Amino acid sequence: MFRIGNMAASERPLHALNRAAFGPRPGDLDRVRAIGAERYLHEQLDPESIPIPPDLTARIDSLPTLKLTPVELFLQFRQPLMELPKGDPAARKQIRQQARIVVMEAIKARILRALDGPRQLQEVMTAFWFNHFNVFVGKGLDLIWTGAYEQEAIRPHAMGRFRDLLGATAKHPAMLFYLDNWQNTMPGAAVKNPRFGGINENYARELMELHTLGVNGGYTQRDVIALAHLLTGWGLVRRDVFRPWQRRRLFAQGAETDANGFFFDPRRHDFGAQVFMGKQIEGAGIGAGELALDMLASHPATARHLSSQLAQYFVADAPPGPLVDRMARRYLETDGHIREVLATLFTSPEFWDQRSRASKFKTPYEYVLSAVRLSGIEVTNFRPLAGWMQQMGMPLYGHETPDGYSQTEEAWLNPDGMMMRLSFATALGSGHMPLEAPDFEEIADEGGGGAAGFFRKATLTPRSGEIPDIDAKRTIPDASRIAASLGDNLSSQTVSAVLAAPPQLRASMILGSPEFMMR
Amino acid sequence: MAHRKEDACNPEATTVSRREFLRRAAILGAAGLVSIGPAGWAARAIADDGNQHRLVVVFLRGAVDGLNVVVPYGESAYYDNRPTIAIPRAGSDGAVVNLDGFFGLHPALTPIAPLWHEGSLAFVHACGSPDPTRSHFDAQDYMESGTPGVKRTADGWMNRVLATMPGAHQPTEALSLGPTVPRILSGKMAVANLPLGRAAVRPMPLDRPIIETAFDRLYTGDDALSRAYREGRMARAKLMTELEADMAAASGGAPGPAGLSGDAARLAHLIRRDPSIRLAFLALGGWDTHVNQGAARGQLANHLQPLAQGVADFRNALGPAWSDTVVLVISEFGRTVHQNGNGGTDHGHANVMWVMGGPVRGGKIYGRWPGLAVASLYQERDLAVTTDFREPITMVLESHLGLGAAQIDRVFPGRPAASGNVGGLLRT
Repeated sequence: MFRIGNMAASERPLHALNRAAFGPRPGDLDRVRAIGAERYLHEQLDPESIPIPPDLTARIDSLPTLKLTPVELFLQFRQPLMELPKGDPAARKQIRQQARIVVMEAIKARILRALDGPRQLQEVMTAFWFNHFNVFVGKGLDLIWTGAYEQEAIRPHAMGRFRDLLGATAKHPAMLFYLDNWQNTMPGAAVKNPRFGGINENYARELMELHTLGVNGGYTQRDVIALAHLLTGWGLVRRDVFRPWQRRRLFAQGAETDANGFFFDPRRHDFGAQVFMGKQIEGAGIGAGELALDMLASHPATARHLSSQLAQYFVADAPPGPLVDRMARRYLETDGHIREVLATLFTSPEFWDQRSRASKFKTPYEYVLSAVRLSGIEVTNFRPLAGWMQQMGMPLYGHETPDGYSQTEEAWLNPDGMMMRLSFATALGSGHMPLEAPDFEEIADEGGGGAAGFFRKATLTPRSGEIPDIDAKRTIPDASRIAASLGDNLSSQTVSAVLAAPPQLRASMILGSPEFMMR
Repeated sequence: MAHRKEDACNPEATTVSRREFLRRAAILGAAGLVSIGPAGWAARAIADDGNQHRLVVVFLRGAVDGLNVVVPYGESAYYDNRPTIAIPRAGSDGAVVNLDGFFGLHPALTPIAPLWHEGSLAFVHACGSPDPTRSHFDAQDYMESGTPGVKRTADGWMNRVLATMPGAHQPTEALSLGPTVPRILSGKMAVANLPLGRAAVRPMPLDRPIIETAFDRLYTGDDALSRAYREGRMARAKLMTELEADMAAASGGAPGPAGLSGDAARLAHLIRRDPSIRLAFLALGGWDTHVNQGAARGQLANHLQPLAQGVADFRNALGPAWSDTVVLVISEFGRTVHQNGNGGTDHGHANVMWVMGGPVRGGKIYGRWPGLAVASLYQERDLAVTTDFREPITMVLESHLGLGAAQIDRVFPGRPAASGNVGGLLRT
């Protein structure tokens, strides 16, 4: 039978699970062997066709803040803070603590879907695009908006048209706030608020450098300024209620809004024509900005930039040039359809090259998730996992700068990182991680407020023993079962080292083996 | 060859190589060794026996506003360009701390003012990279690789410095604070990394001999993972011993303060106990003040104050080792002279480099100040660079770390000719 690439047939199922999913759970390898790796990937490329088990849906639905729009989140978790009288620090503290529930639920939902969700590739792509369009949960209002951002702007578009994904992120309050575009205003505009003092280029620059064209994409400082002018007025819905005549006038002038809280304010917009990337764009209100996004999304440099990042993620730290070329061509042919580009990648000889097998060093995110999946432990308490990711240097939603986390071995393979991973493997494999404890809803405020406080508190739990052992259930994964779940794909050195170890350490040894550090 | 703890003081242990022996002894506890015969070694209390010269680099990621750090309050253009975010001249609330009659220090940096007055803090103003990029990520890349404008450079300049150091490589010779090894220290020489915060001293599940022995068998090869594992084990054994002993002695076992002051104090304690540490690196973020930067108070001030306190705490904790330590504070570029429409500043060009330590001839602003007149600005918006960042660093590498010209050429290939603007920066 004709096969693409030179990877042995027997190795393809695990390769597919390692790259397009977060590694196998017990039983996954058998299922993929039965239908074939290529068919598995084909299914994963169509997430809507994969049903989500009712109990997973129920668990996600039980997280109330996940369903709230940014406007509702603001009204529930931030508005009360602004209405408090000044001298009431205890009440302030309490309201801030409430806001951390929002972060907690977002983290829980993300980890839960990545661990248990059948639409694995969609979860891999959600993490990939979140990282590409990074926002930092620790910046101001993004504390309460980051989860909504992932739900509304990222996941639904993770495998669709790039232009839709781009537009959704450009208009989402979390991004508008994170890169300051909500303040970006035409100089001299007729608005009194001092926040709207002038042009802010921050978003325009990163939109081109990181989100679309790439740093060598051929744009100039003048293009950055032009784009900033085109995106003036793209902001947040105002808190004060418009009187009907104000509303009518604004919308007559071209105001636009959406359910998430995006508000295009024509008073702050520069309606003048701009020359952007060599093209004259007439002042057409919000349409001018949309046109600029169209140009960016369909630019060959964007096709190359995105294809290179995808190839780096799925194939090799140094992405193969010919593959990137073919993916970029496919991107342009299909008007930027992510699914089509991925299909090109998954049917390429480079993806199925023997040298590509087990060659990518897992990031902390991938390592933690793959280890928990393989262990077969059913998680109810997610906070230790968030805490370990933070200890390993990759707090979820916690990358401060817009470039997102690196996905390469060079960034993550280091002496202390190895020590952290093996400690994690030891705790997980020997039943010393309270993942099956009941989920704690209340947050004792030892860690202080905000996202940083949440992470601080989360990291106190895994090792200090401060959590009382109120639930005795601590599953110790069975070493031979997890080895079998990996297809017994361990080297003879690893096998003999595992067998030489005391029995209670063997599962930890497999989870901490060099083979398991790679995907 | 198996070496047990007892061998450290066993004069009969003649089969040990000196290098391996020193390494084992260092792991056992931060003690120096003295010869008591042709094959015997005994521990002695650590004493500073010279040439422990070390360099600490602190990178402020995000382009700190150098003009509000070392403020040219003597120049009216500074106030003309910054109506609401300038730091007031002396005599007002929130005024600069006067440095030399023309420049002043941001008041939030008061904790390091004593270093200026005692002569161990200097600045090189209008210092930076010749490359015109205003991308944070490219500019940081160039400042860390040490080759502005060149993207092909695979390693960082601090790693290249490490490669020039003679003798057997010690596991903690270069230390990076934080979970990822930064560009500046990446390369062929192995680097130890120390976690931030209290994680640095907290025992891990891995720290039990039965577990360590088990994992040792998994990572015996010459591949990158095995090497990282072994470096990690050696560094951790060393660091844990040193830190635990130190803390037990100093504070009855309580962990140190959180944040930068804690990390700075921990680093200082390690340096005092471990003579093999030569290079250390730490990065701090939060400097990208496009919006609402504040003036004497506000966002920038809130970041500067803990930085200054951390530096002061580091100096205090170092004690006598300060006389052998140089600390550089660098940032990828500066910010615009003119404030923007949001009470902040945008990406600029030249910045100010901070140079501190016992060997520094401080109390002086080095470099050549080009002024803030429009004609003197870079692209009519930014402070111009008159001293390349590699020049003061080269001076530190030469005078303090003892590198020769050929070695410096390998650290900074293609560096420009010296301007002479930083003459006398270090006491020789």
